[in-house]
Amino acid sequence: MNNLLIIGQYVPTNSIVHRMDPRIKMLIIFFYVIFIFFANNVFSYALFTVFAIGGTLLTKVPWRFIAKGLTPVWFLIVFTFILHLFVTKEGTVLVNIFGLPIYSGALEQGAVISLRFFLLILLTSLLTLTTTPIEITDGVESLLGPLRRFKFPVHELALMMSISLRFIPTLLQETEKISNAQASRGVDFRTGPFRERVRAVIPLLVPLFVSAFKRAEELAMAMEARGYRGGEGRTKLRELRVMKRDVAALILFIVVVAAALITRDYS
Amino acid sequence: MDITFEQVDYTYQANSPFEHKALKDLSFHLPGGSFTAIVGHTGSGKSTLLQHLNGLVRPTSGSVRIGGHTLEPNKKPKQAKELRKQVGIVFQYPEHQLFEETVEKDIAFGPRNFGVPEKEIHKRVEESAEAVGLDLSLLSRSPFELSGGQMRRVAIAGVLAVRPRVLVLDEPTAGLDPRGQREIMDMFHRLHKEQELTTILVTHSMEDALTYADHMLVLDKGEKYMEGPPVEVFQQRQALQKVQLDVPEIFQFLQKVSERFGKTVVYEGEDIDRLAKQLADLAGERE
Repeated sequence: MNNLLIIGQYVPTNSIVHRMDPRIKMLIIFFYVIFIFFANNVFSYALFTVFAIGGTLLTKVPWRFIAKGLTPVWFLIVFTFILHLFVTKEGTVLVNIFGLPIYSGALEQGAVISLRFFLLILLTSLLTLTTTPIEITDGVESLLGPLRRFKFPVHELALMMSISLRFIPTLLQETEKISNAQASRGVDFRTGPFRERVRAVIPLLVPLFVSAFKRAEELAMAMEARGYRGGEGRTKLRELRVMKRDVAALILFIVVVAAALITRDYS
Repeated sequence: MDITFEQVDYTYQANSPFEHKALKDLSFHLPGGSFTAIVGHTGSGKSTLLQHLNGLVRPTSGSVRIGGHTLEPNKKPKQAKELRKQVGIVFQYPEHQLFEETVEKDIAFGPRNFGVPEKEIHKRVEESAEAVGLDLSLLSRSPFELSGGQMRRVAIAGVLAVRPRVLVLDEPTAGLDPRGQREIMDMFHRLHKEQELTTILVTHSMEDALTYADHMLVLDKGEKYMEGPPVEVFQQRQALQKVQLDVPEIFQFLQKVSERFGKTVVYEGEDIDRLAKQLADLAGERE
């Protein structure tokens, strides 16, 4: 239905990135997001860029697919760039466009912030492109594990997360089915005055809620029938294990971050 | 209304790793007033085909003609609403589309959208409720209080109230009890005859295809695999088994008889009494 946005879509290519431990992937992304803000010169930015692009290449997901999926984000990136171009007033004046001076500092800052933004989106979208929702929740549960000591409902949170992720495609499908059925009964979702279009949503939302509630009830019943008792003493079919490749990725990442921290300008 | 598909291709999510060709080079012609059964294994493209019939999707290449309407790639049909008024689709589990406060309002939803005058609507609601065998006392109830079978009937009445010229049925009896199934199918067959509708039935029941349809289309992986009158298609049991389809029990039975008696009995749509007589003669010969 919605093939524009790839964030949240999993593409199975079974690359080395796919086979990595989800916890390591999440840790790397988490710290990448923090440390990219420490980069402040060409060399440190280059390091982060190479890391993100290299990671993307390793996933074997076609570039065209990723580029297409980032289409809605391109707009934001370009917008940020242009905004900085006109607002920042540092360095020397390069040119005048319609009487508005463009400073060299503005060009630099616009480029840097757009790049940072692009890298963040690219690397975070790699997580869902290469990791199944189940792996992500398993990873989250394991990473949040220590919080259990403070009576934090880690397992319940992970379960809620995996159920909602699991039902996103189902609900999308359901939405498409119902909207097809109502369109066949003469509802026009796409044209007409705004008020009419808002009213057209009711025949879509009511059946969607009805089926979502019914589904939730059935799921609860099925879980109970299979003896679900919460996280207490529950074991996993797929144990998460840190392998050599995970250690290697982690070391590589630490080297990249360390090199970036060493080479950044401290003046 | 005549329906013609000409070399229709349909591709989902083109140019992505999820690209999927749902229909491939599909051509056929259904004359107005015919009753066509479309069968095929899951994923053979039946549902995609249905969505072409009222312009919910347009072919990726090729063309579809329904009466005076033409669907072509990259060209928005001019009178989409008019087309949808003339082609009524009963989707799978149509009770999932109910949403109004009362049964009456829900049945009236379609006609109202298509601009049927208010005075006429009430008449049509009662007419179609009667046609599907709904008690008129239910009209003021909420559709969500009804049983599954009754909800199905309300949803079907909602499609009939628009008075389509082409009726498309996507497994209309799935999940009903055997008696309800027969009642609903008989009702569709009656309407087909009375109102001279062009009917298209997607079904997994070979028995229904044999009983009600005069034409049959077998799909496999988005391509046309076989086409013809059901009695002829079902003669080719082996070809059907290749695409995981069975033949109706009567054909299986006659094949066993043929094997046992060493003499071929061909079913050509005759009624059960004549067939029984034919078999009795056969048994008589042997004695």
